[in-house]
Amino acid sequence: MADVEIKNLTMNFGPQHPAAHGVLRLVLEMDGEIVERADPHIGLLHRGTEKLIEYKTYLQAVPYFDRLDYVSPMCQEHAFALAVERLLGIAVPARAQYIRVLFSEITRILNHLLNVTSFALDVGAMTPLLWGFEEREKLMEFYERVSGARLHAAYFRPGGVAKDMPAGLAEDIAAWSARFPAFVDDVEGLLNENRIFKQRSVDIGIVTVEQAFDWGFTGPMLRASGVPWDLRKAQPYDVYAEMDFDVPIGKHGDCFDRYLVRMAEMRQSLRIMEQCLAKMPDGPIKTDDRKVSPPPRAEMKRSMEALIHHFKLYTEGYHVPAGETYAAVEAPKGEFGVYLVSDGSNKPYRCRIRAPGFAHLQGLDFMSKGHMLADVVAIIGASDIVFGEIDR
Amino acid sequence: MTARREAIVRVLGHLRDDAGCLFKQLIDLTAVDYPARPERFEIVYNLLSLRHNRRIRVKVTSDDATPVPTVVGVYSVAGWFEREVWDMYGVLFADNPDLRRLLTDYGFEGHPLRKDFPLTGYVELRYDDEQKRVVYEPVKLTQAFRNFDFMSPWEGDPGLLPGDEKAGRG
Repeated sequence: MADVEIKNLTMNFGPQHPAAHGVLRLVLEMDGEIVERADPHIGLLHRGTEKLIEYKTYLQAVPYFDRLDYVSPMCQEHAFALAVERLLGIAVPARAQYIRVLFSEITRILNHLLNVTSFALDVGAMTPLLWGFEEREKLMEFYERVSGARLHAAYFRPGGVAKDMPAGLAEDIAAWSARFPAFVDDVEGLLNENRIFKQRSVDIGIVTVEQAFDWGFTGPMLRASGVPWDLRKAQPYDVYAEMDFDVPIGKHGDCFDRYLVRMAEMRQSLRIMEQCLAKMPDGPIKTDDRKVSPPPRAEMKRSMEALIHHFKLYTEGYHVPAGETYAAVEAPKGEFGVYLVSDGSNKPYRCRIRAPGFAHLQGLDFMSKGHMLADVVAIIGASDIVFGEIDR
Repeated sequence: MTARREAIVRVLGHLRDDAGCLFKQLIDLTAVDYPARPERFEIVYNLLSLRHNRRIRVKVTSDDATPVPTVVGVYSVAGWFEREVWDMYGVLFADNPDLRRLLTDYGFEGHPLRKDFPLTGYVELRYDDEQKRVVYEPVKLTQAFRNFDFMSPWEGDPGLLPGDEKAGRG
């Protein structure tokens, strides 16, 4: 029989596809059902955030960071706040630092809850998603009580946080965190030894340590490959240095290990939250430098100077000394960094946003090579892709 | 740290492999636009060493005609970062295997993050019910885009303020 030449099939996946976690268009080159090459076409959610920030004052730029990775808003505000504070050279009061760490960890649980459970949905398990959303709703209630918004909080400001925590919130968070481990146990009971889940995720999308470095992987993606690297430990910011927690790592670097790392991280986040609540001091929640943070409302009624400060801060904003800095935080998805260049005016000259998902999505090509089409969905799910931050 | 443009591949290779550096990760690659300079673009490489827990920024300069050597051979992650810088700033990267536009629309013209690119862009699109397709049109603003000047007249910008050109006339 004569040899038949079989041409590879080029297939379009997305941009509107429930397993693409947003607007991802993939052009896949298939050999039968085996993926030869995956070419992600991104930018369908590009909003020009970096350009818009150049036309806004530093305070007006804060809400844009909520809208990048809309699953973990506060961690990204944190990076921007740290960068601006570093350029301004101001210190943040202790209470504000504790509140920030507390809410960063709430954000981490919020993100991992969505990622782990929607990953399970991608590979066929529906129940965890429904359970997870119930817990997420409780956490977003904490968001709402502290900032007034469930999702786009704009709560971490350069110089501190916007408002103090309302009375009773700390007790409610403590009560919730006492109940939450039972939920993690339930999800692990559903998935850890689940035959279908393991068939779909073990040995899928293996990333070696060298590949993880080469492709710029950070966060759980790097730790699942066995590198104990966590910015909260290695380059602590705010009060992470005082917190006692472990950095979970994986062994194989496959999708299942990424899931396990995220589950373990949720338990560690709970530990950090409990320590924050126990140690949180009283005191101011933002810097008392009136050139940066607005005066309290009561003071404005009496003091002319306070009124002028308020007016200047909300029209002109503050001027940041010329210079450049890079501030990075361990966001739930990996290293989220802000490279800020200031020319001494009241608007950033350049604000570069380093999103972890950008590097992870680029790695999709080599991770999915030689896998089945259905495994691409598992890899996307396990690498925690959210288009808000990738497209910016 | 500033490097010469031609030497960037060697510099980054050294920073990655030298035992005293071991900057195994290219965390970020971006550009900054300074239109007033002769070589207007500054390309910034942000490296991280996990072994020594250090970061370093390496910078090279370029303009819109001179290509910068690609560093894909040193760090694979640079592929998309360089595509993004090409897309946003129009900096060419020599020998990048896949220098297509990344974030902007198919068929987009211009480089939006340059300082001389207007915030509102040049084209807007809408769905035309008669032609049954999405059409591109020049941007129409109902109100002119306003960019307020917040510099204090006492200490601030020595340049011309709006209206100053009328002062000498009449």
